[in-house]
Amino acid sequence: MTRTVPRPRSRFRARNLAQPTIALLLMVFLLGVPFWLVVVTAGKNQAEALNPSLTLPTKWNLLENFSQVIQDGRMVTAFFGSLVIMVPSVLGVLILGSMASWILGRRKDKRTSFIYALGISGIVLPPAVVTIVLLLRQMGLAGTVPGMIGVYMGMYMSTVIFFVTGFVRTIPYELEEAARVDGAGPVGIFIRIILPLLGPTLATATILICLYIWNDVFYALFVIGGRIDTLPLNLYQVASAGLYLQNWHLIFAYIVLMSLPLLITFAVMQRKIISGITGGAVK
Amino acid sequence: MATENLFSQTRTRNGPTADRPRRSGADHPMWFLLPALAVLVVFFFTPTLYNFIYAFTDWSSFKSAINNVGLSNFADLLQSGSLLADLRITLIYAVLVAIFQNLFGLILALVFERDTHINRFARVAFFVPVVMSALAVGYIFQAMLKPEGALNSILSFFTRQPVSIAWLGSTTWTIVVVALIHSWKWMGLSMLIYLAGLKTINEDLIDAARLDGASWWNTFRYIRFPLLAPAITFNVATALLGSMNGFDIVQATTGGGPGGSTELLNIFIFRTFGQGLFAQATTMSLVLFAMITLLAFPVIRFLRKREEVL
Repeated sequence: MTRTVPRPRSRFRARNLAQPTIALLLMVFLLGVPFWLVVVTAGKNQAEALNPSLTLPTKWNLLENFSQVIQDGRMVTAFFGSLVIMVPSVLGVLILGSMASWILGRRKDKRTSFIYALGISGIVLPPAVVTIVLLLRQMGLAGTVPGMIGVYMGMYMSTVIFFVTGFVRTIPYELEEAARVDGAGPVGIFIRIILPLLGPTLATATILICLYIWNDVFYALFVIGGRIDTLPLNLYQVASAGLYLQNWHLIFAYIVLMSLPLLITFAVMQRKIISGITGGAVK
Repeated sequence: MATENLFSQTRTRNGPTADRPRRSGADHPMWFLLPALAVLVVFFFTPTLYNFIYAFTDWSSFKSAINNVGLSNFADLLQSGSLLADLRITLIYAVLVAIFQNLFGLILALVFERDTHINRFARVAFFVPVVMSALAVGYIFQAMLKPEGALNSILSFFTRQPVSIAWLGSTTWTIVVVALIHSWKWMGLSMLIYLAGLKTINEDLIDAARLDGASWWNTFRYIRFPLLAPAITFNVATALLGSMNGFDIVQATTGGGPGGSTELLNIFIFRTFGQGLFAQATTMSLVLFAMITLLAFPVIRFLRKREEVL
């Protein structure tokens, strides 16, 4: 990306050096300092970590802290708890949302546009977090995995419907028509023509919704708090456990372990994730 | 993926590819809508409807009967001052986050605009906080901002005198600090959207302006910034919505304190729910619902209008 505009030489050179310097300084101070604090504190013992500072631990205690926090924070159960909630929620909301979006993107009558408006209203409107607990109790789903899955599906259905409907409208109608002439029914057309084309859109929606559900603690506190372990819920417990003293070494050890799966996924797929999120704008 | 178009999709609804379906009835059966609608009705619309019922009752964990009490929950919350105070705090927080997050995001996007190795790495690095748990981010900054914490020791090092500011202990300024933390977590996302917006701007336009002698600032101020309008719409709207629904970062840093000066509506809802005062929590949840409904739609409409003018 070189601009071929003539510019005074000296200023050009100064800016060439200034930009990387600024970039590095920004990274060191805005990201380096907080993350350094996390890592060194996670490596300290309780006494040293009482007052979290940027100094190195006198003796690295990282693995001991990890094993203690895995045990105290029930991290293995929590990891699978998070997984058992996230996977069905995401799959469910994507499949049901895509089915609805196909119809909403194709039909053009008044009733459909009304349902579409209703369907995407959840992007803006906040979920009624208190009364949903009451509803789940009435349904016998309070504090259960299916209850939590239902709540997340209800919350993110609007996002999926919005993204996918927008994309369905750009799929040429002729593709469906060709299959229809060959005698395919609606189910066949949806599964064999529409779903494969939705791939990239669904991938982006998956990333966003996974991020939100994996990291959610607010709605989880209401619906399953204290009954089912998830990673953020147990972090909240570990951090709230020290009534008078914060066990910073354990909190930060927990944060390191908890962030690892996400960071590894992100590191492996960063190009796809970033271009997926911004792709539409860079045509 | 058209994140850019989140609030402008209606424009393309009748684009050239969207042919009018011929025999839609049988080809696109309505029952495909049913499962999604069922989930929405049960898990989203019914609880919202319940909000309008149970905000006017004495539902609590202390007794099993639920009676209608009219407006007394609202009266109580008004009298105790929580209603107006928390509304005000949530609004201030939302506005601060919208400003900071966009400012930081835009600055980062401008700094990392060219495709060099360092910049590419930096863009990925600044996206890491977006991926992390907001609760974790809150705890990190609680540790950083303690009076004897890391930030003060850095400041002492540079000013060569002991600094012990209680960043999270001021009833006036802590809300600003917490809004800055929220913006720190999400600025990477705003940055990406702004970078994508900058990429869509035609290079010839800027080159033409440069040849006419326009400075970097002038090309930015008069050409590139106005053309970023759709990105601004998306970023401001998502920042406002995200912060009005905020909970994790504030809970992890201040828990609503000091003296309730950072008590967002969601913090109040969580706290009163934990005390078993379900009706009070529901009332505040209805207030949040009303506030977002009253604010979000006009704001989005205003921003979209700005786009059209330009």
